[in-house]
Amino acid sequence: MNSLKSQGFAPVVSDLKKDGSTWTVKEKIMLGLSPKEYWAVQLRNPFNWLLWAIYAIGLPILVGRFIFGLGWVTHSSYDYPWGLFLGWGLFVMVPLSASGFMMGTTVELFGRKDFKPIERLGLLNGLLGYTFAVMFLQVDLGQPWRLIYPMFVSLGPAAVLFLVAWHVATYLSCQVAELVPAFSEWMGFPKAKKFIKSIVLGLTVAGIILSTLHQGALGALFTYAPGKVHPLWYSSPFQWLHFFVSAVFAGLSMLIVVSTLTKWFMRWRCDENYLNNLSKLTLGLAKGASLALITYLVIKIIGIAHDNNWAYLLTGWGAWFMFEMVVGVILPLIFYTMAVRNSNASLARFAAFMAVFGLALNRLNTALISFNWQLYQELPHWREVVIVVTVYATYIVVYRAVLARMPILYTWKEKK
Amino acid sequence: MKKLNRRSFLKGGLAGGAAIAAVGTSKQAVAGTHNFGGYPDSMGVLVDLTKCVGCRTCEAACNKEQALPTPDKPFDDPSVFEERREGGLPRRTTEKAYTVVQKYDVPGREHPLFRKVQCNHCNEPACLTSCFVNAYKKTPEGAVIYDKTVCVGCRTCMIACPFYIPAYSYSSAINPVVKKCIMCYDTRLKFGRPPACVEACPQEVMTFGKRKDLLKLAHQRISEKPDKYVDQVYGENEVGGTAWLYMSDVPFDKIGYDNHLGTQPIISYVKEFLAMVPMVLTIWPALFTGFHLLSNRKDALKNDDNKS
Repeated sequence: MNSLKSQGFAPVVSDLKKDGSTWTVKEKIMLGLSPKEYWAVQLRNPFNWLLWAIYAIGLPILVGRFIFGLGWVTHSSYDYPWGLFLGWGLFVMVPLSASGFMMGTTVELFGRKDFKPIERLGLLNGLLGYTFAVMFLQVDLGQPWRLIYPMFVSLGPAAVLFLVAWHVATYLSCQVAELVPAFSEWMGFPKAKKFIKSIVLGLTVAGIILSTLHQGALGALFTYAPGKVHPLWYSSPFQWLHFFVSAVFAGLSMLIVVSTLTKWFMRWRCDENYLNNLSKLTLGLAKGASLALITYLVIKIIGIAHDNNWAYLLTGWGAWFMFEMVVGVILPLIFYTMAVRNSNASLARFAAFMAVFGLALNRLNTALISFNWQLYQELPHWREVVIVVTVYATYIVVYRAVLARMPILYTWKEKK
Repeated sequence: MKKLNRRSFLKGGLAGGAAIAAVGTSKQAVAGTHNFGGYPDSMGVLVDLTKCVGCRTCEAACNKEQALPTPDKPFDDPSVFEERREGGLPRRTTEKAYTVVQKYDVPGREHPLFRKVQCNHCNEPACLTSCFVNAYKKTPEGAVIYDKTVCVGCRTCMIACPFYIPAYSYSSAINPVVKKCIMCYDTRLKFGRPPACVEACPQEVMTFGKRKDLLKLAHQRISEKPDKYVDQVYGENEVGGTAWLYMSDVPFDKIGYDNHLGTQPIISYVKEFLAMVPMVLTIWPALFTGFHLLSNRKDALKNDDNKS
């Protein structure tokens, strides 16, 4: 598409074509190309070849999971009831999607209108991340069709997971509402946008409350297993805070990562407003992320001090913990700080990739690697890995499809 | 009439406040240390591990009572004791076996020690408190039972159980459920009868009775033979107490019992977070709306200037 645009192709950015007639919905979905051109573009893209390969292997196995049960795709372990589906799909995806409430807060609540060009990308990253976290959950649940049981059929309100379920569900609808403006512009429903504008502050505050609680609740889930998670990744009074604060830098860093990827691979879809502001905004996000990182680093140290876990630092687990902290927290913190000082957006982007890696490592360490540290290590079944890759590929496909169409990276030109 | 000056008013206020605070804290202190110790007349089982010979009759009785599938090896086959699962660990409870006997060769002990494993039926079960669809119930009789018709299959109960007991029927695609010992609640306990394993045991390893009586009995046995038994009844205080209680002549941590579980029920580790939840729900809206008003102060002032 980038090359098509350099040859003079103009993607849809308003209701009207050049000749003054309006685009039909079908034409908008086809990106303003003729069906023949559209499919030719899809076939040319080598990334799509990779996706087809993933689906060719992944889809049969995904279907097989629902025919033969979880035992066919996982090691059906009684000692490790949670594997990659939740370890990656829930515990990593959700904090990396904290950008939704972060951007809502920055722009709508603190009135930092200068972040507007990247706000919708932050919201979309949040919405899709959560949606696919639920998809991963659906793959993992023994009886996915009972997903609404904790909501309406049999309620266990004292459980932390009850909180996660309710808050993720309500927050999802909150995020859908926050993205209605982009959808309404694209589809041509101006009234919906106007309505959301009138309640946006309420939505944003609701977003902060729900995010604080469910990001924290994901950490609090592990406080049910005090003896099973290694003490360096476990802290009963602070676990929820550790998860919440790390979600802050994770959400901001993930936003830098996806904005970088759009700049590289979807430049044709970005307008001048977005591209020209991106470096400045990246540094703004970097500033926020570095503040969250230093906070996280300090409260992690407090956590170790509070439980007096210093001795564990000298063990093998301690070395692994130090690796996570140095590569995933301290180095990104240093790079972010240097980037902000020297106005070096590239360095901030590098730091963002590291911070995202660090967050993922932390969640996998807590949920899988240091879990049952006194028993044994379990490697996920290869089919489980294939399914995770397949679902994650779908996340990327949907992400890309929305970015290509709706006014996320560009500003919709309203009718005068 | 004595005039109420500011000083005496403050004094009175302070005293009153202190009184209220004292009452408040004393109440809170009671509430803070109070843990649900189980139903007063709940039943339990006392297992004297020294008496067990590893005949696995209890396993067979459980298999029959719960209508579980026939195992690969017969119940009189002692080779199962040598089976090792991942991590070199002895076999554990599964979806096909709600109770298993493990063998421990303890150095210095004449015979191997056998240990029966099944759900310990905690007074305040972690599986119950972690379940978001209320699938678990602690009955007044002492059993922890499970309602498979509401289970979503999230397996948080398996994460939460400190004894690694719940097993899951992973092999079922349509209706996977948690499988664990329910103390024969439906068929026996409800009617005041002991679980099948207890009744079947030829060595009388297990004693069925009221939990509080069993505790007395256990301590009495220990005080009668202090050289024989370790001075600990496992399950008396562990994670807030369990319905199944164990006596041993070998320190418990040498035979697979976790002595680091503490005396608090698992839920107490989660309480701090649960207490924070309503606070966030209440404080955040005012706090962040306030932030919003402050951050938009300049605009508001500018608007006021324009108006005047």
